[in-house]
Amino acid sequence: MANPQMVMYDEEFKEINVVIEKLLREANAKVIFLVDKNGQLISGVGEVERFDTTSLASLTAGNIAATGGMAKLIGEKEFSILFHEGEKDNLHISIVGGRVILVVLFDSRSSLGLVRLRVKKASEELTGIFERLLHKAEEKEKGGGDVESPFAEITDDDIDNLFS
Amino acid sequence: MSFINYASREINCKIVYYGPGLCGKTTNLQFVYQKTAPEAKGKMISLATETERTLFFDFLPLALGEIRGFKTRFHLYTVPGQVFYDASRKLILKGVDGVVFVADSQEERMDANIESLENLRINLQEQGYDLDKLPFVVQYNKRDLPYVLSVEELRQELNPTNVPDFEACAPTGEGVFETLKAVAKLILVDLKKGR
Repeated sequence: MANPQMVMYDEEFKEINVVIEKLLREANAKVIFLVDKNGQLISGVGEVERFDTTSLASLTAGNIAATGGMAKLIGEKEFSILFHEGEKDNLHISIVGGRVILVVLFDSRSSLGLVRLRVKKASEELTGIFERLLHKAEEKEKGGGDVESPFAEITDDDIDNLFS
Repeated sequence: MSFINYASREINCKIVYYGPGLCGKTTNLQFVYQKTAPEAKGKMISLATETERTLFFDFLPLALGEIRGFKTRFHLYTVPGQVFYDASRKLILKGVDGVVFVADSQEERMDANIESLENLRINLQEQGYDLDKLPFVVQYNKRDLPYVLSVEELRQELNPTNVPDFEACAPTGEGVFETLKAVAKLILVDLKKGR
């Protein structure tokens, strides 16, 4: 398969949130969220309830995928940072550790320079966490496989109930 | 690949509707959107041209309920069917968990169906997937129109491996949920196997 399955555990989830909450404060941002390259929201902090984060996540991944396609056409590996400037709010989008997308939404209380600077530092920390996470998921898969999988015991009834 | 979040106890899966231009992929999603309770769905996003042809993708998030204490979410995507949007189609297949191939039952669209199915197989291969190993269902859409081929004829060309297949009329919803349920079920069965 192209990518190993993305799994998130409590421990790393907390660590990630600590990093992005710190980034939210230090970059004076309104919202920060992390998205899997496949468009699935991993976590979000700040004024998340004001935004449709599910849709934002999907469009962000589409955006990164589209610009990634453009990059390849001109012989680049990827464009690791995207910046969208609006009248009031701006989006700073960057790729962390090659796999995850970090989105920072900010307004005139912050600046592109500050956001770039803080994102760079936070990215290094996040890369470390995601590498550990990937490693952990691989280890669990190797060592004993589905011992912990909560889905090993799902029944046809469970599945049918979803659609009732 | 599905994303399992043990921290928020959620599981997210990605379903892609594939098929030739104007076969009814967007209409499938629109019907699902219309018939789903507001609390179970998010906003439907359509990135389309002014003439309502899909330009990049449609997106519909569904939260179907819980399995073993895990919130189960399905993200439904369509691809742009027109031949020249191939670069976009490849992108949307990234991280796919299950595929619905929507075929246009009209006789004159048979070549387009075959070309699209072949294109699906190639684009999946490029991403490292094998269509025969993915949760995959086929829908024969537009059964209500005149000059349609018989299901047997369609099946012979488009479903040689005998995956679950369904007749449909997407605007009225006939077969739409049956198709979705079938692919969702295959995905969950795959998860159960721990793939």
